[in-house]
Amino acid sequence: MFDTLRPRHFFVIGLPLFVLCVTAGLLLAGDSEPADQAETLPDAVESGDAEGRVPLDSRAEIIAMSCAACHGTDGRKATAIPALAGKPAPVLEALLLAYKRDQMPDATVMPRLAKGYTDEELASVAEYFSALSPE
Amino acid sequence: MKLSKSISRRESLKWIGVAGLSAAFGAYVRPAWAGSANGRVVVVGGGFGGATAAKYLKRLAPSLDVTLIEPQTRYITCPFTNLYLGGVRAFETLWHDYTELREVYGVRVVHQLAEDVDADRRVVKLADGEVLTWDRLILSPGIDLRWDALEGYDESASERAPHAWKPGAQSRLLRQQLEAMEDGGTFILVAPDNPYRCPPGPYERVSMVAHYCKTHKPRSKILLLDSKDAFSKQDLFTEGWKANYGDMIEWVGRSQDGRVLRVDADRLEVETEFGTVHKADVLNVVPPQKAGIIADRAGVSDASGWAPIKARTFESRQVPGVYVIGDATEAAPMPKSGFLANVQAKMTVQAVMADLAGQPAPEPSWANTCYSLITPEWGITVAGVYEVYDDVLREVPGSGGVSPLDASAVFRRQEADFARGWYAGIAQDVWGTRSSS
Repeated sequence: MFDTLRPRHFFVIGLPLFVLCVTAGLLLAGDSEPADQAETLPDAVESGDAEGRVPLDSRAEIIAMSCAACHGTDGRKATAIPALAGKPAPVLEALLLAYKRDQMPDATVMPRLAKGYTDEELASVAEYFSALSPE
Repeated sequence: MKLSKSISRRESLKWIGVAGLSAAFGAYVRPAWAGSANGRVVVVGGGFGGATAAKYLKRLAPSLDVTLIEPQTRYITCPFTNLYLGGVRAFETLWHDYTELREVYGVRVVHQLAEDVDADRRVVKLADGEVLTWDRLILSPGIDLRWDALEGYDESASERAPHAWKPGAQSRLLRQQLEAMEDGGTFILVAPDNPYRCPPGPYERVSMVAHYCKTHKPRSKILLLDSKDAFSKQDLFTEGWKANYGDMIEWVGRSQDGRVLRVDADRLEVETEFGTVHKADVLNVVPPQKAGIIADRAGVSDASGWAPIKARTFESRQVPGVYVIGDATEAAPMPKSGFLANVQAKMTVQAVMADLAGQPAPEPSWANTCYSLITPEWGITVAGVYEVYDDVLREVPGSGGVSPLDASAVFRRQEADFARGWYAGIAQDVWGTRSSS
């Protein structure tokens, strides 16, 4: 089902799901320290989800670390350069691919940077930023 | 060491948010060992590389014991110093401090000079006598100027003919001299051969000096005497100079006798390779450079003056357990930029965490963008994405490059706006500075 995810599906499926996750997070978080989460999270995820899918590795975060040098930590700084955190993944992915393929005629540095990554890497970076709260 | 309450709650939310999405989309997860890395890491240098390293160590592995050693309580960036010299930016906007690192991330910040490193005993000795032990050491010392490389140009000469290549009092001195210069005066900049900090820096500097002179001292002349025959974004600078400043800026390359061998700071004169003497009213000498002195003390620099590193991790090739990032490294084809120091720090942090956990370092990826302003509304860029290939650093084939020639005013204006956005973004990422631009 998620293999065929399209942009408009994001709003039908992804957004409610996202809201659900964040709400669940709010309810669950309490005042627990991050170290606790850091210890319990990987085990929970390493086993994969209910359908047995293996999670992606940290490649997206590694690439995203370069983005922060203009877009701020976690892509949350908005200046003439836009913030990225919490933007819909299909939109970010479509933009990144358009940069890479020179389909954005007035673009400045992004076409030159996007050409440094595979399509899959760009998709994973889009998903990474979309999963972060805009603060 | 516990983080403050505010961040802990936010980070908790983030983790749970990510976990929730992971279950839904199979999205990003950090490796299991990453969050629980233990050990003591000392970072030397609080600039773009070092401050980023300290912050990201604590962000990714809050249980690590992280100490940052930086003599200054207030850090002044090299990037945008040229805008201050050109009169388009207040000096105070280039100042950053360590409040976020200390209060939000729980980094121990020690305002002392690191004087010596004993890599066998794994200690750093500070100027006040304190001795810090470490499991891994990250050096981000930036550059030192070579006072022995240009005849007549030593530290005392720089008080009359400033370099202003390490910002602070030198930047103010150069600005004062420029303001005191009479209309019709000659500003000379002496540029070094590669490699040096900020390859497009000398060319942006004369652009900003020209911007100031165009309004205040329009009969002045700017002469750039260069020890090389080609430079970063050369065609774009040449085009921008002509369009904005006519023939105010004259660049003299090495083969046109641009290489300066001798400086007379008292007379404000320089002598070139073939004996031409140039007289300045304001003389700005950017001398050859090397890695900051602590790199020598730690044994990580080689005969070139820079620190050779392993491509994947930036661990020193000469001293195990010591990592070197930023301008001090020998990391060609990467330029010595604040942007790359920031990204190198993040990649090296992951290598350090992996090493402490007995794991191989993840595959790194580095991007860079160097913005230069020719006028406040005319920006140009060079960008690149870097990877490890056959154990050496290279630019990802097909990526990167410079802004186009003959671009519209709107395009140049946008890159100028993005330059200011970049500065605000990276200052936030490195020091947590909250500026409005």
